[in-house]
Amino acid sequence: MNIDSIVNGVVIDHITAGRGMRLYELLHLEEADCPVAIIKNAGSRKLGKKDIIKVDADVSLNFDVIGYVDPNVTVNVIRNGELVEKRRIEKPESLTNVIRCRNPRCITSTEQELDHIFKLTDRENSVYRCLYCETKA
Amino acid sequence: MRSLIDIVDFTPTELDELIATACDIMENPAAYAERCRGKKLATLFFEPSTRTRLSFEAAMLELGGSVIGFSEANSSSAAKGESIADTAKTISCYADIIAMRHPKEGAPLVAAMNASVPVINAGDGGHCHPTQTLADLLTIYREKGRLSNLTVGFCGDLKFGRTVHSLIGALSRYDDIKVVLISPEELKLPSYVKKEVLQKNDIPYEQTTDLSSVMPKLDILYMTRVQRERFFNEEDYLRLKDSYILEPRKLQNAKSDLCIMHPLPRVNEISVAVDKDPRACYFKQVLNGKYMRMALILKLLEEATV
Repeated sequence: MNIDSIVNGVVIDHITAGRGMRLYELLHLEEADCPVAIIKNAGSRKLGKKDIIKVDADVSLNFDVIGYVDPNVTVNVIRNGELVEKRRIEKPESLTNVIRCRNPRCITSTEQELDHIFKLTDRENSVYRCLYCETKA
Repeated sequence: MRSLIDIVDFTPTELDELIATACDIMENPAAYAERCRGKKLATLFFEPSTRTRLSFEAAMLELGGSVIGFSEANSSSAAKGESIADTAKTISCYADIIAMRHPKEGAPLVAAMNASVPVINAGDGGHCHPTQTLADLLTIYREKGRLSNLTVGFCGDLKFGRTVHSLIGALSRYDDIKVVLISPEELKLPSYVKKEVLQKNDIPYEQTTDLSSVMPKLDILYMTRVQRERFFNEEDYLRLKDSYILEPRKLQNAKSDLCIMHPLPRVNEISVAVDKDPRACYFKQVLNGKYMRMALILKLLEEATV
């Protein structure tokens, strides 16, 4: 399968197979007014299978979202068809309005204007907990 | 602005200081009788809780301060749809310190993020109840003379009991604590508490369904209520409920200086006959709670004026 190379934009590579769509959704790429490609289950020497997202425009991405979904990805920034930056991603210490608390007893369930904030409480196991009720994401 | 939302907001050193202040208040109540003269505590109770609210109010009155507030959501602006943030900002104009109970988890934190005066979490749903833990810590300290080197048994509903989770969290920061978890299979301590609190702090613990087999090793026995509504079927409840009722005969092989605690209210999980046993400390806990709330109000008001 051939996907055109991009001229100015971003390639999110080495996404754990199966997480590409989740990342696409949380980055709100469905709202992007530019060519976006999701490649699922591409071959990878390192991972066996991987997902890739290519965005053919100079968009600003929320790196906290990427780090939350899959901190093992590589973000390649392309300018004039050349790779100008290879960015490593870290798990963010907190997430604001990326995911919502599902605990019906949480104050965020009734106070609609509150930010949904999650804190990283266990880095090793990537556990995020709601700032207010401490329910696991 | 310093508030108390979760017991771990305070370091063990700060908890020790609160305990020292509470003990001093007990010894010299007259010295504290005017310490909060001119200060107002707002008790914002969005759900009824007679015991906790009266404890806060008694604490402030004994410090010479005064109290304003409400005891149910229907008599507050929440009934008109006001947000917690707006309520906190408004009450900050009237009071010097706020004690809030709310059925929604995290509501006192939202209040603390918006208030310009200290906020004390007086219970937020099944989440936290730090001033109960303060009462528990003072009780253990007064009965045992220490908060370290203790074998602490928690018995009953360890799954939903917020007081259990909170006390385990507080004690896990002290040295040589051993924990014994006594509950039916259905109400065992959640795995995240075991993993993120006990294992993370290298606290040795054991789990059992049999209270009598572990009774001789306990320094503290913290009882909680096994509630009928927690069970999926009536049969299981009927099968298990009596196993976790403390009666005098079950204390025969317990240590002579065991400290029996309960956050109250009790229903039937501790027989009334146990009340006569000198090892029963649950009503002392209630009194200790008032003194710890006095110490807490003093600390937060002092920090707020610095």
